Amino acid sequence: MAITKTVSGPEEACKGIQSGMTLMIGGFGLCGIPEVCISHLAASGINGLTCISNNAGVDDFGLGLLLRNRQIKKMISSYVGENDEFERQMLSGELEVDLIPQGSLAERCRAGGAGIPAFFTPAGYGTEVAEGKEIRVFDGKPHILESALTADFAIVKAWKGDPAGNLVFKATARNFNPMMAMAGKITIAEVEELVPPGALHPDEIHTPGIFVQRIFQGTGYEKRIEQRTVRKRI
Amino acid sequence: MALDKNGIAKRIAQELKHGYYVNLGIGIPTLVANFIPPGIEVEFQSENGVLGMGPFPYEGEEDPDLINAGKQTITTMPGAAFFDSATSFAMIRGRHVQLTVLGAMEVDQNGDIANWKIPGKMVKGMGGAMDLVASAENIIVAMLHTNKVGESKILRKCTLPLTGVGCVKKVVTDLAALEIIDGRFYLLERAPGVSVEEIVAKTEGDLVVPDVVPEMIL
Repeated sequence: MAITKTVSGPEEACKGIQSGMTLMIGGFGLCGIPEVCISHLAASGINGLTCISNNAGVDDFGLGLLLRNRQIKKMISSYVGENDEFERQMLSGELEVDLIPQGSLAERCRAGGAGIPAFFTPAGYGTEVAEGKEIRVFDGKPHILESALTADFAIVKAWKGDPAGNLVFKATARNFNPMMAMAGKITIAEVEELVPPGALHPDEIHTPGIFVQRIFQGTGYEKRIEQRTVRKRI
Repeated sequence: MALDKNGIAKRIAQELKHGYYVNLGIGIPTLVANFIPPGIEVEFQSENGVLGMGPFPYEGEEDPDLINAGKQTITTMPGAAFFDSATSFAMIRGRHVQLTVLGAMEVDQNGDIANWKIPGKMVKGMGGAMDLVASAENIIVAMLHTNKVGESKILRKCTLPLTGVGCVKKVVTDLAALEIIDGRFYLLERAPGVSVEEIVAKTEGDLVVPDVVPEMIL
């Protein structure tokens, strides 16, 4: 029998998240972010968080809500453009920021979940990203040593999931969610649709349930679009 | 006449070859997809996790779960595929993507590029650019030749924090197409109506000018 991991909602899912912890938050821009848990955390009063997330939302949505409340002490991200409050807090020194190349961020999360303590990558060689890191040459090309990332809690968002924690993502809302699910000591998955055991075919599962400890069906998804771009009908 | 953004994109599109997987950066590079030469098949990769990117959706058909790396709503072409960020950068780092086109604030004659930070003023972050430039075999930079006050951005040595070193092969600006060989810029082509003298005057880095510099055919 599959192990049932269903919880009642964001409150039960986020139980145990405390000030000062390190959290991984899935999503790329506003696409595939765990909106429900983020809203819950924004109202929780928890602070001093280190958040590992590719972006930091926008001023009034996603992780931008936690930034506005000064709940985040440090961000580990690859891209912070289009978020004025983030840029302001970073340039003024109120917020500690570790900017790392996007591919290295993804691989560091994957490595953290896969039991690989570190790896070499060419990304960032010769730039300030390489400062203080071991350099080694492979096939005549210099690489830098990047370490794995893990988190006290990883919070991910999926399209569908089942009580065993198996997840299916939709389109580009997948992004960082699968690697972060692997790298959380406790991984919380919020899904748009929680389906009964057996409803997902084993072949279609993107993230196997072993990586997920708590799962619930979220409600009231806004799914905001950051850059609405369309073409005219001819 | 200096090229506009579409002109730069049109010139870069001439570098596309049949069967290429191509990653297009934000800004001018995105426009390259509008000028694919007839008769060739290419697929566009976006590093947030899609291969086979199509045009922007018709109004009312936007899907918040389907965006490109610039966070713009997009569509997919038949045969498209979605994947996670680690797999996406495996494609990039593993050199499965044949061509990368990206923008820059500065490039220099060693092939160094800077495009992610102006200390104390602006920090956007490198996003996927450092991974892309460190691994791509073929990188074309799309940029303006000079900044707003007319200073060259085609330099002897970059002054801003670098995105990558020794990686840029080709640069297409509003004035010229340049190649970087052995630590020098070579003038390949000039934009229609732009003189060699103007390009020389607006290029700070070492520039090799052949006897005949053809005009771009757009």
